[in-house]
Amino acid sequence: MNEVKCECGHVNPHGTILCESCGRVLEEKEKEKQLLDMRYEGSARRSQTYNKTIIDKVWNFFSSVKVGVWLIVITLVASSLGTIFPQEMYIPPLMPPGQYYEEQYGWLGKLYYELGFHNLYSSWWYLLLIASIGVSLVICSLDRVIPLHRALNKQRVSRHESYLKRQRLYSVSESALTDDAVGKIKQKLSAKRYKLREENGDILAEKNRFSRWGPYVNHVGLIIFLIGGMLRFVPGMYVDEILWLREGETKAIPGTDGQYYLKNNAFIFEVYDKEKDDEVFQDAINKVGTVVKNYQTDATLYKRAGEIVPGEKPELEEIRDQSIQVNKPLKVDGFALYQVDYKLNEMSKMSFNLENKETGEQFGGVTLDLYEPDMEYDLGNGYRVEVMSYFPDFEFNADGEPATKSRIPNNPAFIFKMFTPDKPEGEVSFVAIRQNIEPLGDNDYKMTFNGVETKNVTALTVRKDLTLWIIGLGGLIFMIGVIQGAYWNHRRLWIRKIDNQIWTAAHTNKNWHGLKRELEMVFADTGIKAPEDQLVEEKKD
Amino acid sequence: MKKKRLVTRTIILAVLALAVGYTLYANLNKESNKKIVIGKPAPDFVLVDMEGNKHRLSDYKGQGVFINFWATWCKPCEREMPYIENQYQQFKDQGVQVLAIDSSESELVVNKFVARHGLNFPVMIDRGEVQAAYGINPLPITFLVDKEGIVVKSHTGELDEDTVREFMEQIKP
Amino acid sequence: MVQLSSNFLFAAFILYLVGILFFGGAIKDKRHADKNAPNRWAKIGILVTIAGFLSQLTFFILRWIASGHAPVSNLFEFTTFFGMSLVGAFIVLYFMYKTPLLGMFTLPVAALIIAYGSMFPREVTPLIPALQSYWLHIHVTTTAIGQAILAVSFAAALIYLVKSVDQTKKSKSTLWLEVVLFGLVSTLGFVLVSSYFAATDYSANFNYINKEGQPATEEYTIPALVGPHQYELTDKNRLEPLFETPAIISAKKLNTVIWSFAAGILLYILFRLILRKRIAAALQPWTKNINLDLVDEISYRSVLIGFPVFTLGGLIFAMIWAQIAWTRFWGWDPKEVWALITWLFYAAFLHLRLSKGWHGEKSAWLAVIGFIIIMFNLVAVNLVIAGLHSYAGS
Repeated sequence: MNEVKCECGHVNPHGTILCESCGRVLEEKEKEKQLLDMRYEGSARRSQTYNKTIIDKVWNFFSSVKVGVWLIVITLVASSLGTIFPQEMYIPPLMPPGQYYEEQYGWLGKLYYELGFHNLYSSWWYLLLIASIGVSLVICSLDRVIPLHRALNKQRVSRHESYLKRQRLYSVSESALTDDAVGKIKQKLSAKRYKLREENGDILAEKNRFSRWGPYVNHVGLIIFLIGGMLRFVPGMYVDEILWLREGETKAIPGTDGQYYLKNNAFIFEVYDKEKDDEVFQDAINKVGTVVKNYQTDATLYKRAGEIVPGEKPELEEIRDQSIQVNKPLKVDGFALYQVDYKLNEMSKMSFNLENKETGEQFGGVTLDLYEPDMEYDLGNGYRVEVMSYFPDFEFNADGEPATKSRIPNNPAFIFKMFTPDKPEGEVSFVAIRQNIEPLGDNDYKMTFNGVETKNVTALTVRKDLTLWIIGLGGLIFMIGVIQGAYWNHRRLWIRKIDNQIWTAAHTNKNWHGLKRELEMVFADTGIKAPEDQLVEEKKD
Repeated sequence: MKKKRLVTRTIILAVLALAVGYTLYANLNKESNKKIVIGKPAPDFVLVDMEGNKHRLSDYKGQGVFINFWATWCKPCEREMPYIENQYQQFKDQGVQVLAIDSSESELVVNKFVARHGLNFPVMIDRGEVQAAYGINPLPITFLVDKEGIVVKSHTGELDEDTVREFMEQIKP
Repeated sequence: MVQLSSNFLFAAFILYLVGILFFGGAIKDKRHADKNAPNRWAKIGILVTIAGFLSQLTFFILRWIASGHAPVSNLFEFTTFFGMSLVGAFIVLYFMYKTPLLGMFTLPVAALIIAYGSMFPREVTPLIPALQSYWLHIHVTTTAIGQAILAVSFAAALIYLVKSVDQTKKSKSTLWLEVVLFGLVSTLGFVLVSSYFAATDYSANFNYINKEGQPATEEYTIPALVGPHQYELTDKNRLEPLFETPAIISAKKLNTVIWSFAAGILLYILFRLILRKRIAAALQPWTKNINLDLVDEISYRSVLIGFPVFTLGGLIFAMIWAQIAWTRFWGWDPKEVWALITWLFYAAFLHLRLSKGWHGEKSAWLAVIGFIIIMFNLVAVNLVIAGLHSYAGS
């Protein structure tokens, strides 16, 4: 192996720029510079040194910060493209998405759809970008943290002149290092929480080295976060279902394999009231019209007892009553139920009276449950009504026949057969909202509309996400790392006695201003010059 | 030393590549993340038909079961019903049972439908639980369960008569 | 109480403007050329700024008491809070670095932001169900503070560029620097136009056909240069629009943008005529005594301080709340995406600085771009790109 042996005797890995031990410049190019490049302490980044196999090449590609920054920039630009028009999940599901984009946004919308930007964030290439950032995070960190750790651990107190001279903060004083001065400096440094090391009368003061690990800690956090995001795709980790529930209805909560049931006791919809609510809101309410105050489902949660066979009438044990509101989900057993949608006043019951068309005399009424109407209604005295057909969501189909679009009673219609003492064979009448058709000729009797009952329907999202704690842990570690790296800075000060001169040099990874002020204080009244900023002097020339 | 490093790098890269590959694969296939897996036992259920008879899937062990999810408002469902009825007549004595499960409609509507099409196989209404267990989304959908209670096939969409025959042939014990 | 609180906001705004004058005086004052100790002008400047900050804080607290929720729930409230945070961040950095020049650049930006925010409806709005959560206070304020600290880096970067860009010859840098300053000038233009027509109670109503093909109405509060699709002006003695837009474009917003640009261009030409040089060139002498490295460091440090705060508020708290209110912590809503873009951008900034050695001018340009992204997220994403956060746009 081509290891590099420094004049001081320390053996450095191949590719090292500054000797890990004494700081002597090992690379010719670096010797010409007036100030040292102190990134990673001049240690050998591992990847640069081997470039033989394809594995090494791939490794080196991802190990480059330049590549990492490019990946970030490409992801950033790609992400912005997805916000030009809404993503597919946010458009109303009224028509095919392709048609929607074209109608709303013209040819640009069409292009947007055809390029697949309507689902950009789940496209394979976007995921690949995020994944590449993840790979880059792992490899970049591994390649840098190990050599940096080595270099900081191996550093010697007495650094070589060439190293001190090329620090940004540096000074030479022509005075002797008196014990008095040394004592003062050491005391002040300790008070500033520096850790002191001494060798042959030379001093190395160092503090907050841990802040150098901040970037790596936050990268670990990000990697954990990405792993959490990846685990979502593992079956069973993530449930996303929707539950529509009418008032009074009890249904199994989807995703729970029939274990839990929910009953909707009532759905409440409230808007802010100019009269009743706080006066300060008046102007805003006047301006906007209505502002919603509350969406709420009063629910009862049940657990199913015994063996679970779908379809079997469940034996339910009540667990608790709870009101579900936006921002206040119901939680049970890792599941959370969120208030997400609603439908007000869905028709639930419809009433009709049997009436003689000529006299207007009525012979009793029927009330039809629109979810489960009866076949026949006996009104007594020889009057009865048979339901021949029921169309909950009535329309005329392509053949011009009455049909239903769905099972939801949005537009109920009935074909009744009315039996009366004078028409024992019955009369057929087609009744829909504001329609009364007599398909088989004129009738003597009709069904007159006599009111409707409605119910509200609530929609709850059922969510289970077992990846949350991993995501949360990743976020927490990221925050710790980023704070560790950003709010502290690693400061070092070297003091060396060389031929009756006192050499001082200092380094920090950021906030030079703070370091300078601190050192001015430390060296005040000691007869030794505080290290001076070589960059500022350069500018003055 | 150099070799060791190569091995380490290969392992790390392989793990990363696997993770990325799996994520991409899972993302592409997330639409077809079904409750029913071909070759696995069919989820059991109990439903009462329009005549009031109880049917439990597991009671049909030894017979092939043709499970059809449908609704009256679904045009393709309506079109395939006569074919199923015809083939049911052919296969019912050869150990093939048909269970037609309606999606949450009213008894009135289903009864009228059954009468109109003269259906003889058991028709039952599910209030959502069986559909949830089978992960039903678009209708119609048909599942074939063999005599061991194993799902051997699922078919989404309308069937023609030949296909119905072929399907029943497939699960004939 | 709401009226009273508004007076405090107005007072704060005036105090910030006064603060600018004092910081300007501090720089022009030759008697105390000694850089280390701030002179009397600077001391008064910072005191006035703090007084302004306290006044705006009073506005914030009074409005909170009056409405029962933290006043960060609509665009006016959020933007003024953002302006206040910017002043707060400046005060902190002023005590770290003692540079009056930073005040001369930060305070105008803050004042402009507050004025801009005040152009939006100022009524106290009741909270819709999604906003009824204590996370509203936590998420929104932390994000605003993070963005404000990042915005200080923009002010510092501007100082850097004004000083370092060679104004003796035309170059790409001089051009882009003028473009950035023009952006600030057109914001001023928007404020002046809106204030003028609001003061004169201008209103013009239109009937038009919206993109769904339905008849609709629109009220313009500044004269219509562009009218909506198939418009019909229903008021008398109002300016007839010069153009008509297709239905898919919001004519009213486009009209506002055109007015702001037009006013911006007029103002800019006026400045150029008075100054007889580029605005940046006119500003350059003010930056004569500042140390470029120091400004570079202030810019970098504000990013370092602001980045974690922004991450916490704009991403982590945002995700926690989204999980509670919207059932998922991340949903690719445009506002979320732009927060991610902001975050990625500053992440790239830090990597370029740490590993690629992008210091000085390059770093300053990046800080400027970062601020543009933040403003884009605040302005364009709320007003142009509709999404779950769009309630904040009215």
